[in-house]
Amino acid sequence: MARIELRNVAKRYGAVEVLRNIDLDIEDGEFIVLVGPSGCGKSTLLRMIAGLEPITNGDFLIDGERMNDLRPRDRDIAMVFQSYALYPHMDVARNMGFSMEIRKDPASDRKTKVAQAAETLGLSKLTDRLPKALSGGQRQRVAMGRAIIRDPRAFLFDEPLSNLDAALRVEMRLEIARLHQQLAATMIYVTHDQVEALTLADRIVVLNGGDIQQVGSPLELYERPANKFVAQFIGSPTMNVMPVQGSATKVTAQDGTTIALPDQPQAAQAIELGIRPEHIDVVDAGTGDLAAVAEVVEHLGSDTNIYVKVDGVGPLMVRKHGNIPVKSGDRLGLRFQTQNAHLFRQDGTALR
Amino acid sequence: MSAIRRRHPALTAGKYAALAFYLLFALFPLYWLLKIAITPDALIFSEGTRLFPSDVTFTNFSTVIFQTDFLAYFGNSLIVSLGTAFLTTMFAAGAGYAFSRFVFKGKRIIIAVMLITQMFPLLMIIAPIYKIVADLGLLNSLTSLIIVYTAFNIPFATFLMQSFFDGIPKDLEDAAMMDGCTRFQALRKVVFPLTLPGLGATLGFVFTAAWSELLFALMLISKNDAMTFPVGLLTFVSKFSVDWGQMMAAGVLALVPSCLFFIFIQRYLVQGLTSGAVKG
Ligand SMILES: Nc1ncnc2c1ncn2[C@@H]1O[C@H](COP(=O)(O)OP(=O)(O)OP(=O)(O)O)[C@@H](O)[C@H]1O
Ligand SMILES: [Mg+2]
Repeated sequence: MARIELRNVAKRYGAVEVLRNIDLDIEDGEFIVLVGPSGCGKSTLLRMIAGLEPITNGDFLIDGERMNDLRPRDRDIAMVFQSYALYPHMDVARNMGFSMEIRKDPASDRKTKVAQAAETLGLSKLTDRLPKALSGGQRQRVAMGRAIIRDPRAFLFDEPLSNLDAALRVEMRLEIARLHQQLAATMIYVTHDQVEALTLADRIVVLNGGDIQQVGSPLELYERPANKFVAQFIGSPTMNVMPVQGSATKVTAQDGTTIALPDQPQAAQAIELGIRPEHIDVVDAGTGDLAAVAEVVEHLGSDTNIYVKVDGVGPLMVRKHGNIPVKSGDRLGLRFQTQNAHLFRQDGTALR
Repeated sequence: MSAIRRRHPALTAGKYAALAFYLLFALFPLYWLLKIAITPDALIFSEGTRLFPSDVTFTNFSTVIFQTDFLAYFGNSLIVSLGTAFLTTMFAAGAGYAFSRFVFKGKRIIIAVMLITQMFPLLMIIAPIYKIVADLGLLNSLTSLIIVYTAFNIPFATFLMQSFFDGIPKDLEDAAMMDGCTRFQALRKVVFPLTLPGLGATLGFVFTAAWSELLFALMLISKNDAMTFPVGLLTFVSKFSVDWGQMMAAGVLALVPSCLFFIFIQRYLVQGLTSGAVKG
């Protein structure tokens, strides 16, 4: 239905360059998640695709057809806003059927489609309510209903769940996943939430400072981040990064301890080593790669978070599955699962 | 906002006492107007300070309506005020929308100039305005009043409308455009219905301002058949006496359209029409 291509797309507001050189191919039916820190241009990119924001430079194509200059209404794309943006003076049914009303579809068609969408989203009993008489979750559903009723070529979501509480967020996340399977439509989804990104996405696009940092499946980004930014942005808790001196077979931490690494010819260029909290093992004091002192221990039941201090290296975080009998103040040894370690060059790019 | 909290009874009583005092203060002049209007001429001076006259008459009203030019003045005022209100609101809505939604060159300058026009004392510009209107050959015409009032009310009305447009989330228009509207359709089907309170308030404000304007009406109109109501009211002041009873009766009648107008638009003034649009 919709293959979306962005060719060298850029966005400037006067002298402010918000996005540059965005190249992205989105396959038909793919679920793409855009992530990045606040202000990196995610909403801007989405709004350019929607046609709500002019594209300064480059080409935007749907199914090979250039769309830059088409109005939003001629692009056949639906968007779900973070603020829901329901029309406050229309009841739920009219909100959902508004696009068909504008297209002048016959009223009977509209009625059946609205009823269908309301049924799918569990809104059947609410169709004659005004938005102000709905809960946040219900408003969210109406906003989704408004999008799906159109059967568009692509869906855009701008942080659709960020105003909901945690439990509802999980529920709606599942709903969106189900919707994607059912409709098999192209979807582009902006979120701040790691879990949403990792669970929903076919591919994740990491944006920072107006550039695409990396595009890949959730696992690719987790296992093979292209640079330090992606490494620290994807994955929760955040990856530990410590300054090191690299050589072909080992790295030397600032306190002089060496950590042997699997053979890596280019490792001499490394200035930092990154290791995820779950890739550090806790061993008896005096053994392992580094000697550490536990500062804070959090028992989460399923996991244990240990914040340790390593002299001459700094603070690190360790996460272990299950309940680990460690108390704050304990001396421990740490062993790195070195096959999962990442090395970064001076410019932040990853070594492999 | 809608939280219902139990307050101390003394606080509640105090609140109502304050409200009652305010109402008394605000409504007393109106009451006095009405009272004098229904007092027979003979009693006006002899019972001047009594709260309610010992005798009541409606002859002042009938005299005003049937034996003076009051109805003509009234009609003129109605034409001028309605004309001004609709013209001003139309321009102000357009300008306010542009100020609220668009970025364009010279926006700040236009806003600054509009603010500056509000800073001049009217007396200063009355002579030049008179000259302009005279040169246009519009003296003694209702058109001149409509033009002048519209010009003077547009800046404030524009800021008022802009603030109403600012209160309507931009996402709503974006959503409407995603739903297939053109910008104009989005304006008509989504923004306009939500701006009704703003339009009502602006209409009401401008209507009342034009209805009670005296200075320009006095300067620009000297012929009896083009006089508006506030000027006409002065004809009750003759060289030798002031006809208080008739003047007050005319004043009471003059309140009627303002009241009707506000009753008509007050349902559009209710707040909270946009609630439920965004967030939870
Ligand atoms: N009209 C504008 N003029 C100048 N700069 C703008 C304008 N609109 C947005 N920006 C800038 O563009 C950048 C990207 O904004 P955008 O809303 O796309 O960020 P975002 O990634 O969606 O952030 P968030 O996660 O907080 O929603 C921001 O730094 C913002 O300051
Ligand atoms: Mg955003």
